[in-house]
Amino acid sequence: MLDFAGFVGYVEAVSFLREFEALRIEELLELSRNTGAADARQAAGKTLLTPSDFARLISPAAAGECLEDICRRSQAMTRRRFGKVIRLFAPLYLSNECINNCKYCGFSRDNAILRVTLNVEEVLREARALKEQGFRNILLVSGEHPKFVSGGYMADCIRALHAEVPSISLEIGPMETAEYLPLAEAGADGLVVYQETYDRGLYAEMHTAGPKRNFDWRLETPERAYAAGFRRLGIGALYGFGDWRREAICLAAHAAHLLRHCWKAQLTVSLPRLRPCAGQFQPPAPMSDRDLTQLVCALRLYLPDAGLVLSTREAPQLRDGLIPLGITMISAGSHTEPGGYTGAGREKLHHTERGRIVELAAGASEWAEGATGQFEIADPRSSGEVAALLQRLGYEPVWKDWDAALTA
Amino acid sequence: MTLQIAGREFGSRLLAGTGKFASPELMRDAIAASGADIVTVALRRADLSGGRDPFANILEYIDPKRYLLLPNTSGAGNAAEAIRLAHLAAAAGLPKWIKLEIHPDPRYLLPDPIETLAAAEILVREGFVVLPYINADPVLAKRLQDAGTATVMPLGSPIGSNRGLETRDQLRIIIDQATVPVVVDAGIGRPSHAAEAMEMGADAVLVNTAIAVSEDPCRMARCFAAAVRCGREAYEVGLGAAERTARATSPLTAFLDR
Repeated sequence: MLDFAGFVGYVEAVSFLREFEALRIEELLELSRNTGAADARQAAGKTLLTPSDFARLISPAAAGECLEDICRRSQAMTRRRFGKVIRLFAPLYLSNECINNCKYCGFSRDNAILRVTLNVEEVLREARALKEQGFRNILLVSGEHPKFVSGGYMADCIRALHAEVPSISLEIGPMETAEYLPLAEAGADGLVVYQETYDRGLYAEMHTAGPKRNFDWRLETPERAYAAGFRRLGIGALYGFGDWRREAICLAAHAAHLLRHCWKAQLTVSLPRLRPCAGQFQPPAPMSDRDLTQLVCALRLYLPDAGLVLSTREAPQLRDGLIPLGITMISAGSHTEPGGYTGAGREKLHHTERGRIVELAAGASEWAEGATGQFEIADPRSSGEVAALLQRLGYEPVWKDWDAALTA
Repeated sequence: MTLQIAGREFGSRLLAGTGKFASPELMRDAIAASGADIVTVALRRADLSGGRDPFANILEYIDPKRYLLLPNTSGAGNAAEAIRLAHLAAAAGLPKWIKLEIHPDPRYLLPDPIETLAAAEILVREGFVVLPYINADPVLAKRLQDAGTATVMPLGSPIGSNRGLETRDQLRIIIDQATVPVVVDAGIGRPSHAAEAMEMGADAVLVNTAIAVSEDPCRMARCFAAAVRCGREAYEVGLGAAERTARATSPLTAFLDR
């Protein structure tokens, strides 16, 4: 039922890339535009939703009066499936070195930012600081730069953490299955990769230099990670580049494909909106709070079993409102710069020009506050404050939901 | 007659789960209200290192003197992972009882019959009391009993679905053929579903979601306890056969006997 087969013209799609090429996006967008409030309400009441129903749920008509009904149903479904619990995780940035130029990202290689790559010991120090706060689920994040962040380095970091952190996920530059294998064996259980935008034209416009320009290679990343044994797959689009409804339709098709083909993996969908960062990029098509709320609930109704992730990119008031509607996992107290939790690596700060390290002027790193972050977070509350908030909202904050024995 | 599993007697035929509660305090109170004697906990949520992790302290809310703590292997995708978890639990000093749950598919959480049988054979040999969660497959249930499991725990419908006994015809066969207690696990969303399972002759039921996500978990736990008692008692008394046509309570031919 979830299948987009009816909208791709053939049934036996092997990789998502093939399915995506044939996806009749315009048809679904037109259906969405022509949806009336009654159609939207009817779609919201169904047990098993089709891609057409999803298009109706994200329609302008569904954003009106009937959004309240959609939210109520989303909340009830989420509580029954996931319970009155919210899982917590924290990002741990390993490196902000990058060989790509992406217009919207602070780490872009041409940005003259303070850069650093933490060594394994420093990574462990950061992880222990997060553990102290309660986190048992850590997302290792890194810019894409083979010189500073190699596969061997990643495996070393994971091995060092695996004894102390039950669940380790990765958000790093896409790799081959053969390169993922040793990372899964070292103890990583999840892999997160955002397509950023499913619009090829916008993708080419935003990614101006570096290997990230390869749209197809990125699109097939979750399947390669699954083949290497990753147990949790995370996908998402970054909202603010173009029409969010177009992104949502492609994302839903991607999710439906992964659920069918990568059936042993737990799928999570993140909903990041563009945030201010170095480079001063202005989102050409900002997504409103109402749009985001509608999308959270539409995804829940269409994908009852997918985890929905909300990060500190969003402000406290909006997070507090969205959490009870369909979210299952959140981050808290996050830093988006390497060394952000302990100050690790501060003495090694530098600039990088054409892959070469350029030392700062003598004494400069002493007054520097630390490495430059990927973007500004919008929810500055500590993890403890967020955990207390969850309890007030009637949710148990769950820190540990995985055991290292499952990935040993 | 009381419920007996692996030579141990239990007063309650309602087994309780510990997932999905809004707080550990509420979980503790709802379990107390349910009257359950057996409480199952997902090992992946507990600290098995012996370090009393304050951020994974679910076990501290279950009094081991009052309840039999039944560790479960939820999260395991194959036999090897389930066995590793069972070993860790035993090493952490938990009872050598294990609710064997192997569901490689995180979406429907349906149990893998092949891996479950393989793990059960090994764990039984190692001296564990094994309670396997299975689809309502009568032949698999017999194979597991032959392997020496202490119960079989067939599902009524997928975990957390509240859809009731969608597998009732298969459950009847499993109950009819059983040489060990049959515990209907998963999918029981209403007290009437629990009563139906007990009336059919199931030895016990396990309920989690329907209690945990209820607006008032303690009251709902009491409702399930009552339904389980009623259903069991009706089964023991013996239910009348269902007829397609009506039978008058004052028969028309009564005058002949006067």
